[in-house]
This record gives sequence, structure tokens and C-alpha cells, in this order.
Amino acid sequence: MLSQRTIETSVGLFLLAAMLALAILAFKVSGLTSFFQPEGYNVTAQFDDIGQLKVRGPVKIGGVLIGEVSQITLDPTTYRAIVTMRINSKVTDIPSDSSASILTAGLLGDNYIAITPMYSDHYLTNGSVIQETHSAMILEKLIGQFLFKIGNMGNEQQENHS
Amino acid sequence: MMEQVTALGQNGLHTIRQFGKAGALLFRVMCYVPNFRKGFPLVLQQIYAEGVLSLLIILVSGLFIGMVVALQGYHTLAKFGASAELGPLVALSVARELGPVVTALLFAGRACSALTAEIGLMKATDQLASMEMMAVDPLRRVISPRLWAGFISMPLLTLIFNAVAIYGAYLVGVKWLGLDTGAFWSNMQSSVDFHADILNGIYKSIIFGLVITWIALHQGQDAVPTSAGIASATTRTVVHSSLAILGLDFVLTAMMIGGW
Amino acid sequence: MNNLVEINQLHFERQGRIIFDGIDIQIPRGKVTAIMGPSGSGKTTLLRLIGGQLAPSKGRILVDGQDVHRLNARELYTLRKRMGLLFQTGGLFTHLNVFENVAFPLREHTHLSESMLRNLVLIKLQMVGLRGARHLMPSELSGGMARRVALARAIVLDPALIMYDEPLSGQDPITMGILLKLIRLLNDHFNLTTIIVSHDVQETFSIADYAYVIADGRLIGQGQPMDINQDTSKQVQQFIHGLPDGPVPFHYPACSFDQDLLKGINE
Repeated sequence: MLSQRTIETSVGLFLLAAMLALAILAFKVSGLTSFFQPEGYNVTAQFDDIGQLKVRGPVKIGGVLIGEVSQITLDPTTYRAIVTMRINSKVTDIPSDSSASILTAGLLGDNYIAITPMYSDHYLTNGSVIQETHSAMILEKLIGQFLFKIGNMGNEQQENHS
Repeated sequence: MMEQVTALGQNGLHTIRQFGKAGALLFRVMCYVPNFRKGFPLVLQQIYAEGVLSLLIILVSGLFIGMVVALQGYHTLAKFGASAELGPLVALSVARELGPVVTALLFAGRACSALTAEIGLMKATDQLASMEMMAVDPLRRVISPRLWAGFISMPLLTLIFNAVAIYGAYLVGVKWLGLDTGAFWSNMQSSVDFHADILNGIYKSIIFGLVITWIALHQGQDAVPTSAGIASATTRTVVHSSLAILGLDFVLTAMMIGGW
Repeated sequence: MNNLVEINQLHFERQGRIIFDGIDIQIPRGKVTAIMGPSGSGKTTLLRLIGGQLAPSKGRILVDGQDVHRLNARELYTLRKRMGLLFQTGGLFTHLNVFENVAFPLREHTHLSESMLRNLVLIKLQMVGLRGARHLMPSELSGGMARRVALARAIVLDPALIMYDEPLSGQDPITMGILLKLIRLLNDHFNLTTIIVSHDVQETFSIADYAYVIADGRLIGQGQPMDINQDTSKQVQQFIHGLPDGPVPFHYPACSFDQDLLKGINE
């Protein structure tokens, strides 16, 4: 039976190794920047169609992450989707007339919200609502429109020829 | 025909009784408020016996699994021109599934089988009975420290496994297959979420640790006190633990993906 | 109260088999009492019943006036501190050396200083003649030595009652002699009450003050050793003198031998 001292030392080292592993996993592997939820403020926007947007989806300006989606609900009267975003409190000067669009990361990636800043002197604060929104592009609708257009062009050509 | 039905009924009742005994064991261990001064050195000794002594197999397995996943993953991803995604592939596979499950399976094979054999042997050589007659509760002195040690060691081992596996993938992906270091790590960081991926894996390992140590201790305490009995109890520990791990993994993954 | 242990009308069944069918035993204080009987007569079970590890189906067991099986857990543990039980296998803890094994009850139940504890352990080890072996591990001890260490451990808390489960079985003559001497010495020196469960008749008789013979779940004889030697019951006679055939038959029940041989031709 090993001495108590040896046992305590080895268990201590074991614990240390595990803590080190945790630190590596937290910072190098998952890019955790801060353990606590960063300070932020809530901004809402209404969309006709949110597509594949999920809670915790990123909110970006110019491709840079500034916050995440915290809640998605349905407005019972207008039947539009109300998306609540939690914006990092370090980002304080988003003009209040900026627009929010739902874009797709890459060709087949996840949806995210891109905020395009405009020119107002007033800025978004906690509880602000973004008025101008562009819903997600639904691929099926696009294809439908495309086919419809092709169909129309074909008809026009036929009419022109005849 | 009737005999088979009767046998089925008997087996069913036996299984239920086993569950009952196991449940009683867990209940009594959990309800016992530990005496920290006396109990702490015992738990420490058991963490050494279960955790520290399992380190070697965890380190080696972690390294090789990380390397293999990277190697296999690379060849498939390269076909889609997506080899830059190797980092996320390995990190997510390991953190979410391979880490907790493989560590638990290895722990079951090494530490839990040893636990069952040890307790079964103590039962067979009257050590537990002697303790009882000396007015020392074997539950507090022998069983409880081992359960706490398993509960504590498993997540620690899983953390180490995860880190080593990802390092192994780094060795294969960057050093051998020539991927870009920066891209490897930054892609990984942007795809891996600490709470949803890493922490969930750790929660899984905590639950696995509790369940398989519990199974091991129950089988040891319930073993027939002969050499054949101990051997069969040890085998049963490994089999039941492995099945429990895989079954629980599915249930926990379903709960976690369901979004909690 | 003159009897430390009183067993009244004890009935005990296990898995449908009746082990004890109405047994009355009195163990007087300060004396060595032997409980004997053929294998499988449940002698070890009796010790476990006295120690409270098993509960009887009927009847009661009083230890120092207390009904063992009516005590709650704490009272039972307090009672057990005053009892020592030496198991057939010794029951030494394999992960502790000899010294630590004997020190175990002291560490668990007392708050003695290290030096005081060391002295007590050495005293007990000296009594059983194994003070020099104190750093050995149980795996390094012979069977007889292991039993002596277990004995030292059983008496380290100075119990009032000590029970031996087959202490002499499988030992060579020298070790047997040592153990017998120790059992009697400890009993007289410390004013203990001793119960020996054994089937080594003559050896046990040499140190016992009183003996009970159990077979088939009943008492078939009791008395002082020289009285039992002269007991006329056939069962007792067969047991005491080791006769191969008698009430316990030599042949396992079977059909007639001639028939079996003849059948063999056709089987």
C-alpha cells in the first residue's frame, strides 16, 4: 500500500492534468472568450419568414459577430416572427434605422442575421425595434419564381414568333 | 411451453429484485452524510486506485483514437474539398461522443471490473463480515468511498481523453497531412461551442461514472462468495456497464439534441 | 446475571431448510463453552445469529440481557464493540499489514494517541506471539499465523464475549496447541466469556468447561466434557468417537447393491 503522501501527490497531479485539459478544451478548442454571458442589450425585429434561423444563431455586422439570437416567437396578430437578439454591450453605435436581413453562411450553411448600418444619429438601445427587415430567402420560392419566369419568357417568345 | 413462461417470470422477478437491491445500495450510500475527516483520505485512496491508475490506458487510447479519426476523416473530407473542416470534425466527434463513451467503456473494463473483483473477494474472505462484527459499517468504509471516487474520476479522465485525442488529431492533421495550423484551430474554435459540446460531453461522463461504478459495486456486493461467483460477477459488471453506457448515451444525446 | 448469552427456543430456516428447530443454550460468564456438531449443522450460523448478522425465524437471543434482534442499528453496533468474532478464514484485511490490521478497531472506535495505540497493538501482538511479524502483509503469513493475528484483532478492544468459528480446523499439531493455549489463557486472564464452535472433539474438550452437541437442528447432548464422553446416546457416541457408521449412515441412500449390479448389464 503506497504511503498517503504519494497517493495525495498523484491525485493532486491527476486533478491538475484534468484542469489543464479543461482549460485547453475551453480556450483552444472551443474558443471560449469569457465564461460568463457577456453583457448585452436586447433588440427585436419582425420577419415574414425566418427560414432556418435558430436560437443562438449569430448576429453579424459586416461579417463580424456582435451578438446572438436569444428568442424567436410568433406574433399572434400579425403572424410574423418576432426575433429577439442579444447584442454585445461593447457595440453601442448601431444606427436605429439599420436593417436586419436573414442570410445564409456560405451556400449550404446555417442562417444568421446580418445588420446593415444606415445613417441615423440615434442608436439602438435595450428594447429597440429594427423596422426594416428582409426575410430569409427560401430556396423553393426562388426556384418557383425562376421556373415561372422561364415559363413566361417561353410564352413571350412564342407570342413574338407567332 | 408453460415451463418457459414460468422461467421467464422467475427471471423477471429476479431482475426486479436485483434492481431493488441495487437501488437500496445507492440510496443508502447517497443518504449517508460523509464524515469528511475520516472519509476524505479513503476517497483519495480510491481516486488514486480508480483514476490515476487508469490514466495510462486513457492517454494511449485517446491519442490513438484522435489520430485515427483525423486520418479517416481527412480522406473522406478531402473528396469534398472540405479538409479544412478536419478540426471541427474531430473536436465535435470526440467532445460529444467518443470522449465520454470510450472513456467510460475503458473505465468499465479496467476500474469497474477491478472494483467488483475486490469487493467480491472481500466478501468471500469474510473481510466485510469481520468489519461488520467490529461495528464498522462496510458501506461507509468500503463501498461509499469507491462510489464517490468513480463519480469524481470519470469526468476528469474524460477531460484528459478529449484533450489528448484532439492533440493526436493535430499531430496527424497538421504535422503529418500538412493542414494549416491556424486554419485547423480557428475552424475548430468557430464550430465548437463550449456549453453545448464540451460541457454536455462532461455531463454525460459524470452520469456514466455514477452508473457504472454503481453497477460494479452492486455486483461485487452481491457476488456468490466463491471464485467462480466472483469471476461471473466481474464479467457481468463489464457487460452490464457497457450496455448501460451505450443505452444512456443514446438517451442523453437525444435529450441534449432535443435542446435543453 | 450469570449467563452472558442466553438462546431461547431458537428456530432458524434458510431456503426452506430448517437449520435450528428449538434450541436452548446458556453461555455462562467467564467460562469456555464449546458448541459442537457435524458439518452442516449450522454452527457458524449460530455465531452469526448471536452477533446479529442473521435474524431467527422464532425465538430470541439475549446478550447481556439485551435482545439482540430488537436493537436498532446504533445499539447493535455498540453491542458488537463488546463482542469479538474470529472467522474461520481469519478475515484479515489484505491491503493492511499485521500492525494496521490489529490497530483497525482502535483507529475506528477510539481517539487514542498514536503512541498509546502503538503500545496497545504491541501488547496484543506480544500475547499471540507475533510482535516481530508486525510489518508483514497477510499474504505473507501462514494460516496459523493469520489466525493468531485475527485473534489479536478480535481482542484489541477488550471485548466481554469472544467467539471462535472453527479455530482449529486445518491446523498442524503445533499451531493447534498454540491456539488452544491462547484461547484458554485469554479467557482466564481477561475474564472473558468464550464460545468455541468446532468439530475437533478431543482438542476442544481439553479446554472447554461446558459443551453442547448439535445435530439435525437439535441439541443431542450437553454437559461437562467428561460427562459427554460417557453419554449413552448413539448419535452423541458416533460423533464423539468418530465412528464411521451409526445414526449418520455411511452409505448415501440407494437401492440394493445386487440389484444395481444386475441392472448394469441391461442399462
